[in-house]
Amino acid sequence: MQPILSLRDVSYSYHNLKGETPALSHINLQISEGSFVAVVGPSGCGKSTLLSIIAGLLAPEEGEVLYRGLSSRDYCPDSALKIGYMLQRDHLFEWRTVYQNVILGLELTHSLTEENTDYILKLLEDYGLYGFKDKKPSELSGGMRQRAALIRTMAVHPDLLLLDEPFSALDFQTRLSVSADIANIIRQTGKTALLITHDLSEAITLADRVIVLSRRPAGVKREMSIHYEIGREDPLAVRGTAAYQTYFNQLWEVLTDDKTTA
Amino acid sequence: MTRQPHKTPPPVSAQQENFLRAHHRHHHRITLGRFFLLLLFLGLWETAAALGWIDSFFFSSPSGILQYLGQMIVDHSFFAHTGVTLFETIASFFLVTVLSLLAATLLWYQNSLSEILEPYLVVLNALPKSALAPLLIVWLGTGTNTIIVAGLSVAIFGSIISLYTGFCQVDPEMCKLIYTLGGSRKDALTKVILPSSVPLILSSMKVNIGLSLVGVIIGEFLAARRGLGYLIIYGSQVFQLNMVITSIIILCAIAMVFYKLIQSAEHYYKKKY
Repeated sequence: MQPILSLRDVSYSYHNLKGETPALSHINLQISEGSFVAVVGPSGCGKSTLLSIIAGLLAPEEGEVLYRGLSSRDYCPDSALKIGYMLQRDHLFEWRTVYQNVILGLELTHSLTEENTDYILKLLEDYGLYGFKDKKPSELSGGMRQRAALIRTMAVHPDLLLLDEPFSALDFQTRLSVSADIANIIRQTGKTALLITHDLSEAITLADRVIVLSRRPAGVKREMSIHYEIGREDPLAVRGTAAYQTYFNQLWEVLTDDKTTA
Repeated sequence: MTRQPHKTPPPVSAQQENFLRAHHRHHHRITLGRFFLLLLFLGLWETAAALGWIDSFFFSSPSGILQYLGQMIVDHSFFAHTGVTLFETIASFFLVTVLSLLAATLLWYQNSLSEILEPYLVVLNALPKSALAPLLIVWLGTGTNTIIVAGLSVAIFGSIISLYTGFCQVDPEMCKLIYTLGGSRKDALTKVILPSSVPLILSSMKVNIGLSLVGVIIGEFLAARRGLGYLIIYGSQVFQLNMVITSIIILCAIAMVFYKLIQSAEHYYKKKY
């Protein structure tokens, strides 16, 4: 099957008057439909740049990004690949109600049809936010805000979800439950997801595949498939398995090796 | 000054009651102090004028001012002059608000335009606008137009700069969110920049109303036959100090009313969001 997303030899540098800072160097990636991939790497290695390029907010300086084999997302409108992007912070607008916040994407793409709003109401109900739809975002807890942000992303029916450390602003306890919660939602809907994180445990509890990036300029250093016999419903149980320990140690070795040799 | 909606009040502890009482007492004391200061000032002024410590021909007196104000109301000149000044101030304030919003939006939209215009804006903002007034008279004649433009010229450049600076300080991640959801730069403007800048716009309006009034009075000094600024200049020329000081006091009242109006708009906004 054709991968939903592939990167071929993608490089990117930031430029200013003092010189250029290479951020990504010859990245090759393939992501298959329906998979949940995590990208980990040392902080500041260019992970967010990678997402911006995939989302089409930045154009790669070298190489190309293929969406279902096409070189541009809008190349053929029928097969246009929709990308949902969840940023580090939820950025729910305080001057809008929760409902007005989650329909933002539909509003921007002029697709506020009855079908779509029904879908939003269903999502609000599914994620336990229906009773809060007319509240201000400040009245929600951290976990609820993150779920509202997920609904805002899902509202436009994305085929590929980009998650840029969406749990890093949460406290540890909320983070465990919300990340498992959101990963389950994504799995149930069969969406493809690309999660960026600096938290190794998060990467190996949530993802089927972990991609390790090297230090800046980032290149793909190692890819690892993750599988648990017991499934993934319970993040705490997953963290107790021997497989989890093994994965964690392997990943740790790859990452620390990077630091000593670089 | 709590504005919570009245639900069934939770039981209040003795300490909380004490705190509330102390808080109210403090507020009463402040209000009382303010009135006392005003009364003291007026009383001293009146006594000094009555006992001849100061010459009431030059310094007027509270009773003289009241008398003159009554006379102005009876012969309707109060309404004519105050009305003219009010109209000119509101017109120039309205123009400043609308034009500076438009200009700041345009500058935000066109980065290179703002870079090109920056030094000019800085110079125009720093220029003492009263220096422009004679020029305005030559160009626009004496009358309402000149005065409204004078009010406009005092406030607009500062307002553009502060709005534009505020627009640029909005979290770029919020605009990025708009782009990730498929929005354009125009969407970023209407969905993020403008709504998130409402508090800034309100606070710049507070400054603008004061500056518009300053510009209008300067304009009336130089180019008017009506209005409070004209009364002040005319009164000083014919040594009618009652007229001058009464006009100044009416100006104080106008400034205060405008300020309070915008402040209550601010309170309304804060309560709503």
